[in-house]
Amino acid sequence: MKGRRRFNAFVAQRIFLCDSVQHQRGRPRALFITPHKSETHNLQQHHRYFDAKQMSSIMRKHDSPSTRPFLWAAFLLVKPALSRAWAQTKHTPPSIFAPASTPAHEIFGLSMFVLAITGGIFVVVGGLLTFAIIRYRSRKDDDASEPPQIYGSVQVELAWTVVPVLIVVVLFLTTARIIFAVQDAPEPKDALDVTVVGHQFWWEFRYPKLGIVTANELHVPVKQATFLHLLSADVMHSFWVPELAGKTDLIPNHPNDMWIAPQRTGLFLGQCAQFCGPEHAKMLLRVYVDTPEQFQAWVKDQQQPAVDDAAVAAGRHLFETQACTNCHAVNGTAAIGTFGPDLTHLATRDTIAAGAVKNTPQDLHEWIKDPAHFKEGVLMPAMQLSDPQIDQLVAYLDTLK
Amino acid sequence: MADQPFPIAGSLDVTPPRVREQMTVGEWLHAWVVTVDHKRLGILYIVYAIFFLLVAGAEALAVRIQLARPDNHFLTADVYDRMFTMHGTTMVFLVGMPILFGFGNYLVPIMIGARDMAFPRLNAFSFWLTAFGGLLLYYSFIGGYGLYGMGNAPDVMWLAYAPLTEKAFSPGHTMDYWALSLILSGFGTLGTAINIIATALSMRCRGMTLFRMPLFVWLMLVTSALTLITITPLTAAQIMLVIDRYLGGHFFDTQAGGSAMIWLHFFWIFGHPEVYVLVLPAFGMANEIIPVFSRKAIFGYPAMAAASIGIAFVSTGVWAHHMFTVGMTSVGNTFFVLSTMVVGIPTGIKIFNWLATLWGGKIQFRPPMLFCLAFLFQFLIAGLTGIMLSVAPWNWQLHNSYFVIAHFHYVLVGAIVFCIFAGIYYWYPKAIGRMLDETLAKWHFWLFLIGFHVTFDTMHFAGFLGMPRSIYTYEADRGWGTLNMIVSIGGFIQAIAVLIFAYNLIHSYFRGRIAGNDPWDAWTLEWSTPSPPPVYNFATDPVVHSRRPLWDLKHPEDPDWKYE
Amino acid sequence: MSAIPTFPTAEPWSLPSRGRVAMLSLIIGESAIFTIFVVAYIYYIGKSISGPTPQQVLDIPFFNTVCLLSSSVTIWLSERQIERGNIKAFAALWALTMALGIEFIVGTALEWHKLIYVDGLTIHTNLFGTTFYSLVGLHATHVVVGLLMLTVVMIFTLTGHINIRHTERVQVLALYWHFVDAVWVVVFTVVYIVGR
Repeated sequence: MKGRRRFNAFVAQRIFLCDSVQHQRGRPRALFITPHKSETHNLQQHHRYFDAKQMSSIMRKHDSPSTRPFLWAAFLLVKPALSRAWAQTKHTPPSIFAPASTPAHEIFGLSMFVLAITGGIFVVVGGLLTFAIIRYRSRKDDDASEPPQIYGSVQVELAWTVVPVLIVVVLFLTTARIIFAVQDAPEPKDALDVTVVGHQFWWEFRYPKLGIVTANELHVPVKQATFLHLLSADVMHSFWVPELAGKTDLIPNHPNDMWIAPQRTGLFLGQCAQFCGPEHAKMLLRVYVDTPEQFQAWVKDQQQPAVDDAAVAAGRHLFETQACTNCHAVNGTAAIGTFGPDLTHLATRDTIAAGAVKNTPQDLHEWIKDPAHFKEGVLMPAMQLSDPQIDQLVAYLDTLK
Repeated sequence: MADQPFPIAGSLDVTPPRVREQMTVGEWLHAWVVTVDHKRLGILYIVYAIFFLLVAGAEALAVRIQLARPDNHFLTADVYDRMFTMHGTTMVFLVGMPILFGFGNYLVPIMIGARDMAFPRLNAFSFWLTAFGGLLLYYSFIGGYGLYGMGNAPDVMWLAYAPLTEKAFSPGHTMDYWALSLILSGFGTLGTAINIIATALSMRCRGMTLFRMPLFVWLMLVTSALTLITITPLTAAQIMLVIDRYLGGHFFDTQAGGSAMIWLHFFWIFGHPEVYVLVLPAFGMANEIIPVFSRKAIFGYPAMAAASIGIAFVSTGVWAHHMFTVGMTSVGNTFFVLSTMVVGIPTGIKIFNWLATLWGGKIQFRPPMLFCLAFLFQFLIAGLTGIMLSVAPWNWQLHNSYFVIAHFHYVLVGAIVFCIFAGIYYWYPKAIGRMLDETLAKWHFWLFLIGFHVTFDTMHFAGFLGMPRSIYTYEADRGWGTLNMIVSIGGFIQAIAVLIFAYNLIHSYFRGRIAGNDPWDAWTLEWSTPSPPPVYNFATDPVVHSRRPLWDLKHPEDPDWKYE
Repeated sequence: MSAIPTFPTAEPWSLPSRGRVAMLSLIIGESAIFTIFVVAYIYYIGKSISGPTPQQVLDIPFFNTVCLLSSSVTIWLSERQIERGNIKAFAALWALTMALGIEFIVGTALEWHKLIYVDGLTIHTNLFGTTFYSLVGLHATHVVVGLLMLTVVMIFTLTGHINIRHTERVQVLALYWHFVDAVWVVVFTVVYIVGR
């Protein structure tokens, strides 16, 4: 059921986006594609979370005795998993066929072209194979004689060598155009620069021109190019948010660059796409594409030093006297560690643990008590604090807005 | 020549009747361990590979159970990483390579009318090196952290990207076992490759010119040549890794100015041609089986041989298409797009030639042919998804996603494993002397086909939805739950099919119908000797005049050599 | 119906020697290994983040090089002697080849001794050390293996087990020795000329 809904969404998008790709074909090197009107149809409208009520309404639509048990079975299968989803955070599940940003758009257009060609080849060759197998099967009433032996034919073989060559030429030229358009796009003057540092198993985001350091949740403005400078602190990682762009690896001693230019606001999910150790799976990535106003507000907030609230002095004291400061930094305090995420504005983030845990006081408490409970391979140790101590610490961290 | 009297069937067969001597188990084992007979070594390779196929299959099932549901806790992250690393390493190095070289060992000498390999003792040595390499890899479960840390194994993916494999990130000894076992089995493979080349070039019977060799022998020759220049870079890279880990070298030590990139290049200079090392022998089997069950000569023999050489040649220049996301220059990316797409041309020629072989034939749907026909469709799809992946910008999206997993399993399972099954059904009667049960074979085929498509067709879509490879779990909000459940169910269907197959192998060994010399009415030399063949293969040295010596013998009125 | 097809044929039939085919295959494989190490060496030239550098510590081993390269000539001469059945001359030239090979190994050992104890360059010191010892060491290992095989032939010669019928095998072994020498030309160029 879910598959069908998504497929419908694909088809809808494909139609809209094919339009927009057509539209941009005239100027392939342009960084921005003017969004086609129909594209404003926001796919986030397609809610992705089921509950039982929605499920029964879906089932009423497809009410037939034969499909019903199947649908319920499928529902029961996914329901327990889905109920854990954070219903309040609006985001689309990732898909490379729902591009929201320029490189992803161009790739989408190209991919549809390639899909059409390869699909055509499949239909033709697959059809011929099927035909040959059915037509030339041995039959019961056959005599025992062998069929005529044919050893080959130079003309025929030449013909079917030339056709693939032509297809390759076409595919190659189309591909090369997009490679150059995406990879060699010049950086516009107003582009936002972000340095992304991959760590085992979290993301560090630095905005050098804005003086901001944050982690795991990247904020970028809509309709503006953001250039990402990709570094690694340890092993190889890969930055991948399917809706925004293809992936690019973060490699130690080998800086890389990529760029995005999102056309619509929203929260886009991605994650590390290069195996980087035990918690590779929970090295998640959240990109918030904000309106320019939202983004300015966010920047302004992040540029402040950490809030110093006397009410949580006990927690702050605990933070500064424990080993926390070895790894974490809080701007304006003695904590200047860089091994773990910067916590100056921890409370403004929706998640902790590289997107693996919701940022609520309860979860934060659990996390500090035993990080491995959420992420087995996490490098943060359990600090062996008592529950009241952790409460004080959480109260402090909660003020870091 | 046509007026030459042909020998009467059986008149030259001086094989003594099979006498089962009374052997103790110890003597029997000893005979197998010290054997230098290419047929026995071939069987040893294949049995060894099937054993590890079951082991690695079990590892895959553990992986699939873990991924069937979001946020599952069947395996811990560590154990999951070990499982998928060992699954990949085992399937490539302990299943794929040995089974194909096992077929090569068994078939190459007998197909070219030789009595053994060029170097029988080197052959035995190579096998035992390979076998010991496999055991060393699995010993890491015990030895990786010593007895107190039982259950450890390499956990860095089978690609083992540096610097994750360095001492700093992978302490303990699991990586050492990994590297040493691959060096060891690499030398074994090198020995076998040299042996097969020497056999195919220097041991042919009278009249067996290069262009009369069966295509399987051609493909094994090309494969072995390719192995020479692809296994060795891996060995070199492994030696560097071992130098880093044991002697404190800095080849891949990024802290000391070393480069992670250089491992990527070295690994893929091996890794991409490796796919062709595995797939070319599989093509070879298809080249033997499809004509026999279409009752027609292979269409365009020279083109098939040339296309194989072309594929091998081009495949050495495409490695960096595994590296479109590492930040190469646009010119570099463009070059590797082109070279990769060019592989499609000889591959296309092969598919068309198989199609033309079917065309106008009388296709018999016996078990080997069923697997080969499924192979044709699956290889077509695998080739087309390969073209999609070669489109660098799309590759930026698809790389390291489940789409890639689906693609290479389409090649490795959909093409290679299907051909291997076809090959086993086809040559088992020759090696054992008994036919495999056809009813069980059909169950095996249909279940495996269904399971294969349920699993790997679905995986493509998980890739489209952004699911990266090698993750041990995923959040429910990603929307991959249903797809993964389907994939896992397909995995179990395949497992059932493989168990049926394993049962059939054992069952038919004791109960199968007696095969006779030539159960398929085939045309190459191996069918001219008894099943199983005597140690010396041929009582008299064969002499051939065409690509299908047995066709000439069976159709004296219309022999092949008139047309060649 | 089946039988081994054996009808008589008049076609002449000859095949390449399996020993040569196998040795050439081995050489191709070995070349690939050396290529990887040479590429790594070239890639890391000048990338070490600490000293010593090749300019500071490497001396060009002229004598060693001359010895090793001339051993290729002596082994070629000895091949010609065994072809003619002249076993004594063969043994003498073979011994000379071995002596030149041993000189090369001794020379390399002295060079390494100086590098390790005087210049403080080990495989662990920097990228130069890692790549230098690996590449030169890999080549030296091949020379040692070659010497072992030469020694086996020498022992057989001295015990009178080598005669003209072994020409083919001796020539196959000589192929390997020529290959080891050819590799040294590459290693020498890369390490002592390009990299220095």
